[in-house]
Amino acid sequence: MLDDASITALLLTLKLALLSTSILLVLGTPFAWWLTRTQWRGKSVLEALVALPIVLPPTVLGFYLLVAFGPDGPVGILLSTFGMKTLNFTFTGLVIGSVIYSLPFVVQPLQHAFSQTDNRQLDAAATLGASPWDRFFTIVIPQAKVGYLTACVLGFAHTLGEFGVVLMIGGNIPNETRVVSIAIYDHVESMEYSQAHTLAATLLCVSFVMLLITYVSKQYWGRK
Amino acid sequence: MLANNTGGENNMPLSVNITLNGQSVSDAVNITRGSFSLTASFNTPSKGITAIYGPSGSGKTTLLRAVAGLEQGVTGWITLDGKPWLSEELSVPTHQRGVGYVFQRSHLFTHLSVKNNLLYGQKRTPKDQRKIAFEEAVSLLGVDLLIDQPVDSLSGGQRQRVAIARTLLASPKLLLMDEPLAALDHQSKSEILPYLEQLHQSLSIPILYVSHATDEIARLADHIVLMKDGNTYKHGPLLETVSDIDTPLAEQADAFSILEGEVNNGTEGLVSKDELDNLIRIIDVEGHIFRIPTTMLTTNPVVRIRILAKDVSLCLDRPLRTSILNVLPVMIVEIKDQPQTGQCIIKLALGSQFVLARISLFSKQHLGLRVGDAVFAQVKAVALVR
Repeated sequence: MLDDASITALLLTLKLALLSTSILLVLGTPFAWWLTRTQWRGKSVLEALVALPIVLPPTVLGFYLLVAFGPDGPVGILLSTFGMKTLNFTFTGLVIGSVIYSLPFVVQPLQHAFSQTDNRQLDAAATLGASPWDRFFTIVIPQAKVGYLTACVLGFAHTLGEFGVVLMIGGNIPNETRVVSIAIYDHVESMEYSQAHTLAATLLCVSFVMLLITYVSKQYWGRK
Repeated sequence: MLANNTGGENNMPLSVNITLNGQSVSDAVNITRGSFSLTASFNTPSKGITAIYGPSGSGKTTLLRAVAGLEQGVTGWITLDGKPWLSEELSVPTHQRGVGYVFQRSHLFTHLSVKNNLLYGQKRTPKDQRKIAFEEAVSLLGVDLLIDQPVDSLSGGQRQRVAIARTLLASPKLLLMDEPLAALDHQSKSEILPYLEQLHQSLSIPILYVSHATDEIARLADHIVLMKDGNTYKHGPLLETVSDIDTPLAEQADAFSILEGEVNNGTEGLVSKDELDNLIRIIDVEGHIFRIPTTMLTTNPVVRIRILAKDVSLCLDRPLRTSILNVLPVMIVEIKDQPQTGQCIIKLALGSQFVLARISLFSKQHLGLRVGDAVFAQVKAVALVR
């Protein structure tokens, strides 16, 4: 049913989504915690910046990334001083783009979950001998499990559906930057509707099943 | 400064002298108070319960949190058993202080089972420092049957017992209890009090017990620290301190005194069959007999009775034919006028112990009461608290 090119595109998309989500969880956890706890006045500016990808057309984000990664852009210049090539039209570039593009979908649920942390339970844990790290890993993170589930699914699903950013900085290189959304677009362009259908339906099912699992688990955990 | 104040006294292991200025968050209702300052200075004996008593808002919880290291910006010094927790050079973080804290509400970990709540502190205590076995703590607090239940199925009283057991299992060197009964209904209270009394006898660590309930203090405490407006203004042995009439405590409407005595079982012919039939217990305070109508049976060798100052009136002659059960010959030791209320508080000696009486200034003048006078105290109500 799926031809080799479609499978390659699907696997590449999964790889991109998994990698981006993992990076987002690792970076997003301390960042969201800091945002929850800080009294810093400039916090709102950062929060607005993080939320930008929600409202911005992805092509705008993609355009600026293209410029930044380009030979005259800040990232491009920085990389060339280390003797590295441009990130445009590479998988690495796509990962970086996805991380920025999906940032709010991971940071916001985590921030919300962390803001529910009961300080008294943290105080109790401290008097029971738990260090700050220990408290974070044994109280804060386990109690934010619904937030983590939401962050994982939204981050993952949002990256799956990425199109505008890829269009700008990724191009259409098989097994490097040709993700499912681009492949579907390609198929439609060349009037290959049945291939487009297959890929689109696959993406639709995967996204729906993931969201369904999330909402069912939320309801279950919420009741417990 | 440190050496001077600790003085190496072995019987005074906890020594506190701290100040804190700034914002403070009230534990009970989570209200940020504008500005709050705390100044505390006291020592406690190595064993037994030291009550921290004061009106609400006087800084009791903040003091406890400061001792635990949970408040920011505390300066001064705190030492336990000669080891500094806070000084000019250092501030030991909470998790290294070895302090047990029982909060007003249990603050059990909602994502863990009762068993894992109980084990949380024990796991973090090195094996050679564990002072109490799991089974022992669990049976001491009567939580054996709760272990497999989810935390949110427990009643308030059960949660608090689990929280106390959890704290004990971390083998603290100092136990802080912040109104552990205040959030509980009457039944849960009476369910936990016996466990607290047992703790008192079985633990050889100092306990700080915050409360504004005089009956709890009268029942549990050996020492008391008095607080008002963020300051500790007096501390010392309980009986002596509460009968001091020069403190704001004596000006309160519920000023009280505590006496210690023994239960007299009527072997000396003092008790008639009538009295026993009518649920009268006889308490012998240094040869003076108190008759107390109560259903409470106590097996304590030494019992405590609490008498509110407003329940004591004075007579120059022994009143006859009165419904008042307890009329005692006492001597006036000290009188303090409280002109703003038109009353005075009088400290009376009964043997080597003291009873407080509050009467009107008018009566004092009318009877011509003076220090040194021998009078009769009519005690309208006596509570057997322990």
